[in-house]
Amino acid sequence: MKIIVLLKMVPDVVEELELAADGKALDTEFLRMIANELDNHALEEALLLKEKYSGTVTVVALDAPEVDDALFTALAKGADQALKITDGDGTLGTRAGAYRLAQTISSIPGLLPADLILTGAQAIDDLDGLTAPLVSHLLRLPQLGIVTKVSVDTTAGVATVLREFPGGVRGEYEVKLPAVLGIQAAEKPPRYVPVAKVRAAMKSQAIQSVVAPTAADGGVCLLPVEEMTKPEVTEHAQMLQGSPEEIADQLCEILAARGLL
Amino acid sequence: MAGNVWVLAEQWRGQLSDITYEVLALGKEVATALGVDLHAVLLGHEVRDLARSLGKANSVLYLDHASLATSVPETFAHALTSAIRAKSPHAVLIPLTNVSWELGALMAAELEVDYVNACKDVRAVDGKLQVRSVLYGGKMEAMVNPAQSPAILGILPGVRPADQGRAETTPPVEELRVDLAESSSIRWKRYLEPEAGDIDISKQEVLVSVGRGIQSRDNVALAEDLAGALGGAVCGSRPVIDQGWLPLSRQVGKSGVVVKPKLYLAAGISGAPEHVEGMKNSDLVVAVNSDPQAPIFNVAHYGITADVVDVLPALTEAVHSRKEVKKHAA
Repeated sequence: MKIIVLLKMVPDVVEELELAADGKALDTEFLRMIANELDNHALEEALLLKEKYSGTVTVVALDAPEVDDALFTALAKGADQALKITDGDGTLGTRAGAYRLAQTISSIPGLLPADLILTGAQAIDDLDGLTAPLVSHLLRLPQLGIVTKVSVDTTAGVATVLREFPGGVRGEYEVKLPAVLGIQAAEKPPRYVPVAKVRAAMKSQAIQSVVAPTAADGGVCLLPVEEMTKPEVTEHAQMLQGSPEEIADQLCEILAARGLL
Repeated sequence: MAGNVWVLAEQWRGQLSDITYEVLALGKEVATALGVDLHAVLLGHEVRDLARSLGKANSVLYLDHASLATSVPETFAHALTSAIRAKSPHAVLIPLTNVSWELGALMAAELEVDYVNACKDVRAVDGKLQVRSVLYGGKMEAMVNPAQSPAILGILPGVRPADQGRAETTPPVEELRVDLAESSSIRWKRYLEPEAGDIDISKQEVLVSVGRGIQSRDNVALAEDLAGALGGAVCGSRPVIDQGWLPLSRQVGKSGVVVKPKLYLAAGISGAPEHVEGMKNSDLVVAVNSDPQAPIFNVAHYGITADVVDVLPALTEAVHSRKEVKKHAA
């Protein structure tokens, strides 16, 4: 089975985010970039499927700071091939990024058709689109999002897919392959890979650089950001200060006053 | 009539979702500011009766088709894009829930128009749309002005109070006909209900909810101790459930349960929009997080910037000793 995973670098929101001088984007100087969390789940699901049904996993990413680390990590985890699309200014929105990804993977001989194209159901910087529906539209493939389980009947060429609904309810679908799936959560938490293994991958394996076809994202108009701001705080929590014991006492007073103790 | 504002009346398993009324309230404001009508668009099979409670809209466009009886997103997206092509609305507001998740992005791709994801507010100023979208897990917001028509907007839950979107009047219903075929590549099979047997967290008065900041499976016990002392239960945010540290039945948020306890103690939860929509109506929210910028502090009534691993045991002990004092006093 052939699986492609689309991986995107996003700012690590654990770090404090600062605005650029023009107030329209993040200040990239101190930004730490990591692989989008749900894309890591997509990679994990792909690796689990490969273990179950055998096959290959190819990870594709647009160039971005720290992307090499993410791709070598994917190789260390068990991906067979890592492709980096090197041209482009790295500031594409989700929509133009999806066009570039779809056009580029279509242009590489032998890469398509893949049985499955997996990516995260969403990314934390999705402003103007969602990658899975966009890529599926461009490649004329069926898609489902918010997926939490995939099993494949390789002979029949169909996948049984669970998609989340509200309230813990899941929907079961039968999807003809090839298909695009937006993964919400892999069946197991994404595997951990020690730094030593990533270093070993850096020595023994290579990231393949590929160039997007001309005007791969041409005609896709970006949705310009007029203004980026930290959320306007209308009501902020009253902060309790002190040692954990002092805070605990203050909180007990508050709970007791409300009849909760 | 062209140029109206549309709201997708989201129905799931024959019921209108609450968010439908929230988005109708927003849609009414936008339509009024633009000087156009508000239309609710209802899709499904044999659900015409639901149109009666959509009186906030000037009228309801109802699209009935056997292939809309099940939840195949691409079929719903095809139906909506056909209707949009026929009627040319100016803006289409889609509730961004697990039911309608992909619709906006699929429709915008098909129609080659702008899509704005995760909208927290929409205004019309001088005939132009100003849309505020939530990014980076709630840490930033972007203001955009989609210029194409129609603008497809994915609206987050909680955008307006649902009651503002309800009306007593019965709206006129126009039936739309579109050519629709069942998807040839996606076959609906069935719903899988959540496993019963565990406690129902929506019925608990006190919830201690753990997030990524709890750090390990072992530390979940710290939350259980506190919940035990307070007479409540433990629940969690998505990452904790995905790690397998708590069962799916304890998940609060978009894919999980919506809770309204008397006390919601968020321990190590950052407060991403997907989580907040599941707990924002709790009577009292107390948040503990080591990140002073965590968006959860914008939802909480009381906040503590500290490591949950330090605060939870101290709080458990304080609750116990206060109970002791109370017992002796009685």
